[in-house]
Amino acid sequence: MSKLSVASSPHHHNGRDTGAVMRIVMLACIPGMLAQVWFFGYGVLIQALICISAAVLAEIAIVELRKKNTERIIKDYSAALAGLLLAISIPPLAPWWIAVIGSVFAIVIVKQLYGGLGYNMFNPAMAAYVMLLISFPVQMTSWLPPTTLTEQSFSLWDAIHTIFTGYTSNGYSVEQLRAGVDGITMATPLDHMKTELLQGFTVQEAITADIFNGSNGIGWTQVAIAYLIGGVVLIKAKVINWHIPISMIIGALITASILYMIDSSLFGSPWLHLINGSLIMGAFFIATDPVSAATTNKGRIIFGALIGIWIILIRAWGNYPDAVAFAVILMNMAVPLIDYYTKPRTYGHKVKK
Amino acid sequence: MAQIKSLFVEGIWKNNPAIVQLLGLCPLLAVTGTVINGLGLGLATTLVLLGSNISVSLVRNLVPNEIRIPIFVMVIAAFVTVTELLMHAYTYELYLTLGIFIPLIVTNCAIIGRAEAFASKNPVQFAAFDGLMMGLGFTIILVVLGGMRELLGLGTLLDGAELLFGEGAESLTITVFDTENKFLLAILPPGAFLGMGLLIAAKNLIDQTIEKRKLQTSQKVVTRARVTGTDL
Repeated sequence: MSKLSVASSPHHHNGRDTGAVMRIVMLACIPGMLAQVWFFGYGVLIQALICISAAVLAEIAIVELRKKNTERIIKDYSAALAGLLLAISIPPLAPWWIAVIGSVFAIVIVKQLYGGLGYNMFNPAMAAYVMLLISFPVQMTSWLPPTTLTEQSFSLWDAIHTIFTGYTSNGYSVEQLRAGVDGITMATPLDHMKTELLQGFTVQEAITADIFNGSNGIGWTQVAIAYLIGGVVLIKAKVINWHIPISMIIGALITASILYMIDSSLFGSPWLHLINGSLIMGAFFIATDPVSAATTNKGRIIFGALIGIWIILIRAWGNYPDAVAFAVILMNMAVPLIDYYTKPRTYGHKVKK
Repeated sequence: MAQIKSLFVEGIWKNNPAIVQLLGLCPLLAVTGTVINGLGLGLATTLVLLGSNISVSLVRNLVPNEIRIPIFVMVIAAFVTVTELLMHAYTYELYLTLGIFIPLIVTNCAIIGRAEAFASKNPVQFAAFDGLMMGLGFTIILVVLGGMRELLGLGTLLDGAELLFGEGAESLTITVFDTENKFLLAILPPGAFLGMGLLIAAKNLIDQTIEKRKLQTSQKVVTRARVTGTDL
């Protein structure tokens, strides 16, 4: 007769540890990253290398300082994932020190000073992104136009050269690389729309620019769809629940629709907001961080919907063209409150009135 | 003498108004963009603290208990006005840079806190020394925080020294590194909060290390009393 083994709950377990979950999320980023490579060059791969190494090294250093079990903590891959998420959020040709400062900030200040994985209040990658965006606005907004629209094409070696020295091997600066075929510096679709609106143009006039094809930003649309594929894989693999991404997208769509109905020349259409910028990537990969998001299903729906609403509000009236990072951080702060009001009924107790 | 020494340790380290009592955080976080701004406000605060502590201590037996707070505030406001006018006259540029934060010294809780907690209960010489030490403790933190933020944000130290020390002091400015890419976060308010948190953490770390060392040495001294043949 075999011995009856007694384990603590949960008794049903799929055998995945934290490391496995984190690895699946990293793998699910691959379609999106491939799309980024296709449309915006190899920069994102190099950023991923820099960010992941910096994040893991920072994690090793601080965990050693805190005298914790370094091997176990490194093997949960959470630092690597935070690094990867930061890498896909920053501009592909941002200088290397941007990636390093961001990764170290994410791990040391945002994650480990709060107690490490499971204790951090804010999403490390997004807090680091906001820190970088506020500190280095020039580098953090130097997005490249999609390769189909650029004047200069550049190779993998050029990307490496630019990230580490600021110039390609032929001596072009990032500023020159950003020029489109007509020599005018290209912005991201949302950035372009923001600038045009500030100058008194309407949305309809703004989306006639080269970077747009209808309401879809060239390159950005495909990247968003690729991340959507990765996100659906995550839901299918039961790594994330549908609650946050779906409620976040619906929240954003409803808010955008209301604004669009009020004045369609000042506010972009819901589709434009959905497909441009990082809404989809954020919905599946950023907001679903199990540590800093709400913990009950009801809470997750509120959390996601409010992020979606914030994104559209900040995009419409804020100073920055995109808002996923700001919205996520704002709602991270509200998570304790959401969790308090969506506490599930304890088994055997009646619902309090 | 023992009390003087304890007042010194209390003001500078153990009961530092900025990083232990956490008083006067508003000016502390708002003006510490550079060393000179921090030093200027720190000195102004010290001056007010010194004056108010002396005056409060002198009138402590005349003031009815029920209305002591408004009277202390009046005293502090008078000294702030004096300081403000002095700065207006002699360090006009700095006066403009610090702006509203000079009149706001009135509302700095560190000052009314010292008046209420110490000066109103102690003789004038101790009150004066306490005010000076508390002011210095506050100034040190302002300068250190200002230095951290200026170094990270601008790459310089003592930028704008001529504002405080007059013409010819420009040469005091040290350029540690020259960069086009300023670390704006350090200059912005979030940088002040982060820097403040790091300073408090460093202070606690030093305290803990000292405590541990004391414990170790005291453990060495203690010898175990041998008790044999107990029949309790």
